[in-house]
Amino acid sequence: MSESTLPPIQPAETAPKPVGPPEPVGPPEPVGPPETAGTPETAAPPEQVGPTVHLRISRLRAGDRKPHFEEFEFTPEPGATVLDLLLEIRRNRDPSLVMRHSCMHASCGTCGVRINGREALACDTKVAGVTAPTVDVEPLVNQRPVADLATDMVDFYARFEAVGFPLVRSAETVGGAEPPEGVKAYTRFENCIECGLCLSACPISRTDRSYLGPAALAAAARVADEPRGQPLGPIFAIAAEPDSVWRCRDAMQCTAVCPSAVDPARALLGLRRRVAFGRVRSLLGRGRQ
Amino acid sequence: MTGGRDGSGRATEGERVLEDDRGMVSPLDRVSPGARAEFREAAPPAPRDPPHVVIIGGGGTGAAVAHDLVLRGLRVTLVERGEVTSGTTGRHHGLLHSGARYAMTDRASAIECIGENKILRRIAPGSFEENDGLFVALTDEDADLERQFLEGCWQCAVPTRRIDRAHALRLEPGLNPDLRLAVQVPDATMDAMRLPLRFFATARRNGAEILTFTEVTAVTTAGRSVRGVAVRDHAAGRDYEIGADIVINAAGPWAGKVAALAGVTVPVAPTAGVMVAVRGRHCNMVVNRLHAPGDGDIALPQRGMTVLGTSSWPVNDPDDPDVPADHVENVVRETSNLLPALRGAEIRASWSATRPLIGKNGTQSGRGMAREFRCFDHALDDSPTEGFVTIAGGKATTLRAMAEITANVVCGKLGIDRPCETSDVTLLPHAAWYAR
Repeated sequence: MSESTLPPIQPAETAPKPVGPPEPVGPPEPVGPPETAGTPETAAPPEQVGPTVHLRISRLRAGDRKPHFEEFEFTPEPGATVLDLLLEIRRNRDPSLVMRHSCMHASCGTCGVRINGREALACDTKVAGVTAPTVDVEPLVNQRPVADLATDMVDFYARFEAVGFPLVRSAETVGGAEPPEGVKAYTRFENCIECGLCLSACPISRTDRSYLGPAALAAAARVADEPRGQPLGPIFAIAAEPDSVWRCRDAMQCTAVCPSAVDPARALLGLRRRVAFGRVRSLLGRGRQ
Repeated sequence: MTGGRDGSGRATEGERVLEDDRGMVSPLDRVSPGARAEFREAAPPAPRDPPHVVIIGGGGTGAAVAHDLVLRGLRVTLVERGEVTSGTTGRHHGLLHSGARYAMTDRASAIECIGENKILRRIAPGSFEENDGLFVALTDEDADLERQFLEGCWQCAVPTRRIDRAHALRLEPGLNPDLRLAVQVPDATMDAMRLPLRFFATARRNGAEILTFTEVTAVTTAGRSVRGVAVRDHAAGRDYEIGADIVINAAGPWAGKVAALAGVTVPVAPTAGVMVAVRGRHCNMVVNRLHAPGDGDIALPQRGMTVLGTSSWPVNDPDDPDVPADHVENVVRETSNLLPALRGAEIRASWSATRPLIGKNGTQSGRGMAREFRCFDHALDDSPTEGFVTIAGGKATTLRAMAEITANVVCGKLGIDRPCETSDVTLLPHAAWYAR
């Protein structure tokens, strides 16, 4: 809290990228992978004493043209997550680290990052499970960067509104056990936690920004599967558009990175089948319904 | 969970969900004339030059205070050092209290909880899994508390329904079959982040400025009067000052640290607790142990997981407290007495959160402390500081009530005579927080 802890402390072994004059105001453009600053790739082999972890964090200030890596060394506790290390940095080494996080247990979806190039929730990734000698942490792609590891989720959420009503709904019903008196049916929140990992991992979304992407289409498929009174016309209309289900090339990356069992790839496939089926039916003159 | 999709009883279930969904304000409503009218009506005509209030802390309390104050016509800026809900708010259980947990020990909190429970369901439809909760008696000792518990609930107007063993097992087949009895109460599960996001989204729509990644580095004063805050914008890497007529300290367990910047003290006792998320949805209702509040006595469902809690120990630094392994083990062991399958469940995450408890009359920290909240106008301190107000204590369920009290104090100081409207304003959906 005190001013004396600022400015950020740079680890001694890292040569920070020189900071040029401030750029003109405005959101930074989407950026590529950060340049490595200082530390050569062929760094000394890891120490034999204890599992030292070299955490390299992508740093970016609003106005910077490109991000750069900054390296931090840790000897983490067994079971520590990548988020634990990020919080340790912000608490004791550099309070200026900008990142998003909230629930600490893969339920809120805010701490999505790329860890050694792979999308994951930082709170859901054990450091010990990351095999490379360095752990590189970078922000999600296909989203506008804010600073450091934080991205702006505005574009991600805008996709959910493409059909004119919110696609991820408040609750789904749960069958099975008898509900108590006064409760008509057990309900639960939908699986999707709106983390954006699937959109970042999707190779089509990387090359085509107009593609609706896996999260929104998976949510559309959920509505199609279980309409609960919501109109299906708009769902099939957006699904049939060129930037929709037909752009998917079955890379399956969305499902591979999903932390919440949504399985967007499968949902998307199902939606595609229904759209195709609808076309055949309309060719036969029976209409979609 | 595929049960709800198999079509059996869909008409009734669909109707219920539809009702919920219809009650929820869709993001589209913000451009529809109807919703706009609703928000215009709710917001009073802005005074020509409204006083400016700066709120420190972007948790649930700060969000609700911002929402309340803009509805009363004030100019509001909220500063949060990280992302919103990145402190205690996002980490809590996700329990919408019925008040039953406090019915035997802390009646004021119980009464507050049941009142706010009803209000939040009304103003934030769709933000809760409204499956109610059970207080389960496992032992003779627990069962002996039945009468005291039911009377406590009755006196606090917390609705209860006594459930016998067989019935309880039909409602929650995963319960320990040796249970003696259970009591149904209107607990619910909330999304710990998305409920506060609805307050943030609505406050911003009504004019509040919410500044994230903006850390207060100093409280600026003139003599004994607070004049604003000095902040550092971490995302842009720049420092600047924000002037204010009143600064509100809504920093939760960090309230003591923030108060120190203004040279005042508040009796906040940061008290940590461990929670554990296991894979698998082991219950649909909130499952509590029927006994005096203690460690490891709550399990509640959260999407495909079950969240277990908790423990309690005092900490000096509210930032990221340890996660003691023995606490994790104890929480799992105790809650698995309620739901035996928890014993073998895979732990997905364990973490700690820091409660912002307040001490009074020398009460030590921890479970003995009341869960009440208090608003401090530091102009009334023995050594007065003008223009600085702290809201401390409370819990997620009472965020709106905490905001109402705080806004009453602030409006009183500023001579603004406007009633609180937050009990009747439906909040925007959480996705509106991410709208341009």
